[in-house]
Amino acid sequence: MRAPGFADPPRDSARVFRAAMEAMARPGTAYAVTGPEVPGLSPAAAVLLLTLTDPSTPVYLGRAAARARDWLTFHTGAPAAEKSAAMFALGAWEDLAPLDPYPVGTPDYPDRSATLIVETSALRGGDARLTGPGIETEARLPLPDRAAFARNAGLYPLGLDFYFTCGSALAALPRSTAVEAR
Amino acid sequence: MYVAAKGGEQAIAAAHAWLAEERRGDRRDPALSLRQIASQLALATARVMAEGSLYDEALAALAVQQSRGDLVEAVFLLRAYRTTLPRLAASRPLDTGRMVVERRVSATFKDIPGGQILGPTFDYTHRLLDFALEAGDEAAAARIAAAPAPTRPRVSEVLGREGLLRDEPRQNAEPTDLTRTPLELPADRPLRLQALARADEGFLLSLAYSTQRGYGRTHAFVGELRIGAVEVEVEIPELGLSVAFAEIVVTECETVNQFTGSRREPPQFTRGYGLTLGRCERKAISMSLVDRALQWRELGEDYAGAPAQDEEFVLMHCDNVQATGFLEHIKLPHYVDFQAELELIRRLRREAGGAGEAAE
Amino acid sequence: MSGYNFAYLDEPTKKMIRRAILKGLAIPGYQVPFASREMPMPYGWGTGGVQVTAAVLTPEDRLKVIDQGADDTTNAVSIRSFFRKVAGVATTTRTREATIIQTRHRIPETPLTEGQILVYQVPIPEPLRFLEPRETETRRMHALEEYGLMHVKLYEDIARHGAIATSYAYPALVNGRHVFDPSPIPRFDNPKLESPAIQLFGAGREQRIYALPPYTRVQSLDFDDHPFEASKAEGACALCGATESYLDEIVADDRGTRRFQCSDTDFCAERRAGAA
Repeated sequence: MRAPGFADPPRDSARVFRAAMEAMARPGTAYAVTGPEVPGLSPAAAVLLLTLTDPSTPVYLGRAAARARDWLTFHTGAPAAEKSAAMFALGAWEDLAPLDPYPVGTPDYPDRSATLIVETSALRGGDARLTGPGIETEARLPLPDRAAFARNAGLYPLGLDFYFTCGSALAALPRSTAVEAR
Repeated sequence: MYVAAKGGEQAIAAAHAWLAEERRGDRRDPALSLRQIASQLALATARVMAEGSLYDEALAALAVQQSRGDLVEAVFLLRAYRTTLPRLAASRPLDTGRMVVERRVSATFKDIPGGQILGPTFDYTHRLLDFALEAGDEAAAARIAAAPAPTRPRVSEVLGREGLLRDEPRQNAEPTDLTRTPLELPADRPLRLQALARADEGFLLSLAYSTQRGYGRTHAFVGELRIGAVEVEVEIPELGLSVAFAEIVVTECETVNQFTGSRREPPQFTRGYGLTLGRCERKAISMSLVDRALQWRELGEDYAGAPAQDEEFVLMHCDNVQATGFLEHIKLPHYVDFQAELELIRRLRREAGGAGEAAE
Repeated sequence: MSGYNFAYLDEPTKKMIRRAILKGLAIPGYQVPFASREMPMPYGWGTGGVQVTAAVLTPEDRLKVIDQGADDTTNAVSIRSFFRKVAGVATTTRTREATIIQTRHRIPETPLTEGQILVYQVPIPEPLRFLEPRETETRRMHALEEYGLMHVKLYEDIARHGAIATSYAYPALVNGRHVFDPSPIPRFDNPKLESPAIQLFGAGREQRIYALPPYTRVQSLDFDDHPFEASKAEGACALCGATESYLDEIVADDRGTRRFQCSDTDFCAERRAGAA
């Protein structure tokens, strides 16, 4: 049987989006969301896909997440894509790295870049010091490969934007955030 | 004591009640019915459908009535309604070659296969106010042929066979939807035509006129102007066939334009194209002239700096819903900005030697 | 209101706007193109702000709408009642109580806090537009970080007037990269653009969304020898006596007697209530 989507799409997706927006606006800060259980996905990753994808957004799914392809197509109509054509990509870091294939936008349209949703095991602590827009002084986030994120930030205003999902919590790391060792 | 002005909510409600009262007009007269508007002010409803991008005579008539005959306001009402409609399917391209014509004229040939059909036109009427109408005289019913004229190929196909008219290769690529995608420049021809089809008639008329007077001249002849009914079909992939689900009236104009050739193209005629929902003859002709002027890049012509050749200028300013909204917004309160300007000007004058302030 | 979706816009449209907002937050000050919809109010009357508000609104929100700083101006009244109708959302005139504030031309005097969202209605989002009317050109200038034209304009002001002659919609450099237009707020409000709140900018007719995450660096453009100055009318509010707030000038009689009052009606009312 296929896993459900939102029970009340207009209101449920509005609440998830607010959490996702707050997260993108405050890099490194975790926000709680609620949504359905979907095999292969954390609840946070599942609701991000439900809230942000549609037939116009090609999605690349990593190995574990690929189990949710049918669910994703049914609920959002988002087509499958290679990394190089993806607007969203979802999976464990090992599935998603390296970052080179994903679109980082163009000088005229830096917004035409992929958003990666990285399934992870923790959103607190970590050895990365984050500074930049959305951060009053500094923030922390456990990053799988600090150097890769620092390189991404170096492409600014081009670059990729990231969500990290862990159970029912999510945090974000946009390209505008400077990443250093603590 | 001095108090702050208040009462926006009541003022708005009262203004709208007054508007409703004015809309009704003199209550000794019967209220207009939508059927009367749709049938007796048919060209007003047609314009509203064309620029509102929604084919629905009853809703267009409602918009005309609700707007008290302000057609730009009526277009806006229809557009705002249109946005809320679900998109169930995209139709197949209209085949205007199979149009059941009520009017069909060509200025390029004395006679054409199928004949010239004047149809219900203002052309050749003497513009004399008809006081018989005022007196309430009913016109004698016209005798209308029982069988509609047979469908005929377009005049352009005749010229095309001889190779004299630039071939416009069929494009099967899905065109970008102007209403679902932010406009990106430069725009291709399908996108430009979409914008022109919903553009303000007056704006297109003036631009087209300017090309005739030499601002981006394209020497246009009306190759064919046809008005009539076409079927709208939608493909049903599950059944492997397409079904006609509606019949709509459209106006189509193809101009044949002189062209001496460029580095890339041999001497040949080129064409401009106009298509509108409903009976909008002036709009369709204007559209085809502006379409032709905008093709200078594809044809390798020189850019003469004419307004009608300037794609960004035309596309960014042709929509009357956008234009009227922005124009009219300047009547909204701007006193905060005005205050900032007042303060700045007073200060600059003070610093410039106090000429102004000293006189106060 | 039946027949319309929660917050008016259909869900596919909200998704499209939401994606644009997220990219806007990721590239502060960069104008993200979006397929703006025709709204039931005219372009130029806040359709961009309304679409952004509709896309971020949740049933739990408390919405405040101001125009020129005031809750009771006609356009503010109209937009507030629109959202009450189509989203059933609670509204307020109190800045402190609001979770979302949609504004035209002002930033509230009461400092905003984390958790609040300020949504601006933007007429012309392009700060370079009045120097270069072509979108194709200004897009290239942003891509190349080519802002010399703007500096020349400001410098010419100084040469001619001895001061920068821009009193509202004063351009600023965001996150050290993009020059942006803060919408037609008076330059008095520019320092408030560095804020703990999220700031979202919607331009409906021009099809652009942009954003400032909290604490983003926003430097109003200036020169070392002519530093930016957040100016306002000298005077005190005739109602609450405030001298630190932005003041509107009221012509009090036919002889042209001038009085001032706070443009921020909630700020003024709160001060008067506190004094009573």
